Amino acid sequence: MENQLNVPTMAELFAAGQQPEVLFWVGCAGSFDDRAKKITKAFVKILNKANVSFAVLGTEESCTGDPAKRAGNEFLFQMQAVTNIEVMNAYGIKKVVTACPHCFNTLKNEYPGLGGDYEVVHHTQFLKHLLVDGHITMEGGQFKGKRITFHDPCYLGRANGVYEAPRDLIKKLDAELVEMKNCKKKGLCCGAGGAQMFKEPEKGDKDVNIERTEQAMDTQPEIIAAACPFCNTMMTDGVKNKEKEASVAVMDIAEMIAKAEDL
Amino acid sequence: MEYLPNILFAIVLIAGIGFFAKNVGRLRRNINLGKDVEVSDNTSLRWKNMAKIALGQTKMVVRPIPGMLHVIVYIGFIVINIEVLEIIIDGLFGTHRILAPLGAFYDFLIGSFEILALLVIAAVVVFWIRRNIIRLQRFIKPEMEGWPKKDGNLILYIELILMFLFLTMNGTDYQLQNLGAEHYTQAGAFPVSQYLAPIFQGISESALILIERTAWWLHIVGILLFLNYLYYSKHLHILLAFPNTYYGSVEPKGKFKNLEAVTQEVNLMMDPDADPYAAPAEDAPEPEKFGASDVTDLNWVQLLNAYTCTECGRCTSECPANQTGKKLSPRKIMMDTRDRLEEVGKNIDLNNGEFVEDGKQLLGNYITNEELWACTSCNACVEACPVSIDPLSIIMDMRRYLVMEQSAAPSELNNMMGNIENNGAPWPFNQMDRLNWKDES
Repeated sequence: MENQLNVPTMAELFAAGQQPEVLFWVGCAGSFDDRAKKITKAFVKILNKANVSFAVLGTEESCTGDPAKRAGNEFLFQMQAVTNIEVMNAYGIKKVVTACPHCFNTLKNEYPGLGGDYEVVHHTQFLKHLLVDGHITMEGGQFKGKRITFHDPCYLGRANGVYEAPRDLIKKLDAELVEMKNCKKKGLCCGAGGAQMFKEPEKGDKDVNIERTEQAMDTQPEIIAAACPFCNTMMTDGVKNKEKEASVAVMDIAEMIAKAEDL
Repeated sequence: MEYLPNILFAIVLIAGIGFFAKNVGRLRRNINLGKDVEVSDNTSLRWKNMAKIALGQTKMVVRPIPGMLHVIVYIGFIVINIEVLEIIIDGLFGTHRILAPLGAFYDFLIGSFEILALLVIAAVVVFWIRRNIIRLQRFIKPEMEGWPKKDGNLILYIELILMFLFLTMNGTDYQLQNLGAEHYTQAGAFPVSQYLAPIFQGISESALILIERTAWWLHIVGILLFLNYLYYSKHLHILLAFPNTYYGSVEPKGKFKNLEAVTQEVNLMMDPDADPYAAPAEDAPEPEKFGASDVTDLNWVQLLNAYTCTECGRCTSECPANQTGKKLSPRKIMMDTRDRLEEVGKNIDLNNGEFVEDGKQLLGNYITNEELWACTSCNACVEACPVSIDPLSIIMDMRRYLVMEQSAAPSELNNMMGNIENNGAPWPFNQMDRLNWKDES
C-alpha cells in the first residue's frame, strides 16, 4: 500500500509543464516526526483517492519560521519566509493546504506582508470541501458510535476562527462528538505553542499537556481527535502519562477518515 | 450671602473637573510616550467593535454571573448619571429639581434611578463577597496583594456610599415633600427610598433639610472625588474601555506583526547587488532597537491597554501557563506595564519634561525572563479580555528584545533556531531528507 502513494513534487510537475491545483505544504513535523508522518501519509491517501491535483515542494520546502517568530527571532523568521516565498512565487502557487495549524497560520497571515499571497486552507477545511463537493464519500465504518472528543489547536481555533470544519468531519463519521469543558474559543492549549515544543517548560506544578489531557479524559473518550501534529504529540504524551494508551487513541482527523475508508 | 452655596458649588465643580482634566492630560502624554502605530484602517469595523464590546458588554457576559452583575452596575452608572446633570444645574442656579416639570417622565426617571441604585447596591455587595469572602482564585493571585486589592475594595465602598447617599437624599426629599416644606417641589417617584420613611419619622423639618442637603452635597462631591480617583486606580476602564475596544486588533489573533526594521535588513541581505562590507552612510539613522525592554519601546495602543486594564484577571485565569503554576500572569504583564509607565511619567514631571535615566526598565525590574518564556502564545488571554487588551503582543515584543538584542533565549531554543538556520527544520534533520516519508513504510 505504502509504495502506491502518489506524491508529485512541484519540480517534477514544472518539468512536465503542469501546474497542480494545490500545493500540499507538509511542514517540518509532517516531514520528519515519526508520528506526524503517519498523518501526512493518511492525508495523501485521501488526496490520491479523491484524485486531487496536488504537489509538494519536497526538498525545496523549508520551515515557515513559525517557531523562530514565536520565540522572538523575527530575523530568522523573515529569512525563512522570504526564501519560501521566493520558491512558491517562482512556481506560481495560488493555493496551499497544510495539516499543520502553525504553518497554516504563518502562511495565511504573516506571509502576505512579505510578498507571499496565497489562498491557504487547513487540511480539515480542505477535506470538508472534498466531502461537500462529493470528491470523497465518508461512512463511519469503525468509528460509528465511538465517543470522540476534539482538541482545538490554538492556531486553528482561537487564532483563525476555524472551529466547525474539524467537528463537521467527526460528525460525518457517525461518531459521538463530546465536547471538553474548555472547547472552541475557550479551548486550552496543549502546551506546545509559542516554541514551547522545543524547550522544557518553566517551573510550575504541572505540565500543560497533562492538564489538557485530564480535561479530555473527563469526557471519557475512546478517541481524542487532533488536527495539529504538535497537539497530537502533546496529547499522546499526556495519555501515556495517564497510562491510558490501551483504551484511548490520539488520532488526527485525516487518519480517522483514511482509516474509515480503509485506505 | 444668598449666593454662597451657588458660588461654593461652582468652585467645587470647576476644581473637580479641572483637576480631572489635568490628569487626562498626563494620561495622554504618557500614552503618547509609546511608539506610533497605524490604526486608521477598518473604521467601520472598529466602531462596530466598540459598540459591541464596550457599549454592548458582549464579552463581559461570557461569564454569566459576574457579567450580568457588571451590566447592572454599568447601566446604573450611566443612567444614574443623568441625575448628575440635574444636580449640576440645581447647584449652579440654586434651583431644586429643575427637571420636575417633565412630569410623569420625571417620575419615571427618578423611579428607575432608584431601582437601579438598589440593584447596584446588591451587585456591589455580591462583588465584595466574591473578592473577600469567597475569595475567587483570580482575585487572590500574588499580583493582587497590597494596593490592587485595596483599590478593588475601595471602588466598591465608594459606589456603595454614593448609592446610599442618593437614596438618603431622595428619602428625605420625599419626606419633606410630604411635610409640604418650602422649595421641596412635589415631584418624582420614590419606589425605593419611600421605605426609608420610618427612619426619618419624627425628625424635625429643619433636621430633615440638613440631612437632605448634606446627602445632596456629599453625593455630588463624592462623584467628583470618584472621577478624580480614576487616574490613580484600576477603574479607568469605565472611560478607556471605549477607545481601547476601538483601537483593539481587527486582525486574526494568530497574525503577529512583521517587524519592518527587520524586513529592511533581510531585504538588504537577500539583495545580490548589496555590498556586504559597505559602511553605513554618515547620515544614516541609528539602527532601530528590535523588540521592547521598556515601556517606550511599546506602541501607544499597548500603553493604552495598560491603563485600560481593570485587573479582573480573566486573562490570567484562562492562561495555560498560570493554570499550571508557572509565574506568568498576563494580568501582571499589564499591571507592570502601567506601573512602569507611571514611573516614567513621574520622572518626566519631576525633571521639567525630560526623562532622566533611572537605571530601571520594564524588563528585569518588573517582568522577568521566566514569565516571558512560559507563554505558549495561545491567545487565551487575548480572547478572555472583555475590553480587547492584548497582553500577548507585549510578551512577544519583549521576547524579541531578549532574542535579537541580547541573544538571551533558553539554550534549547537556540538549538532549535540553529537547526532552522542550518537545515530548514527545528530538528537536526537534513533538508534533503524532507521527502523520505513518501517511501518509508
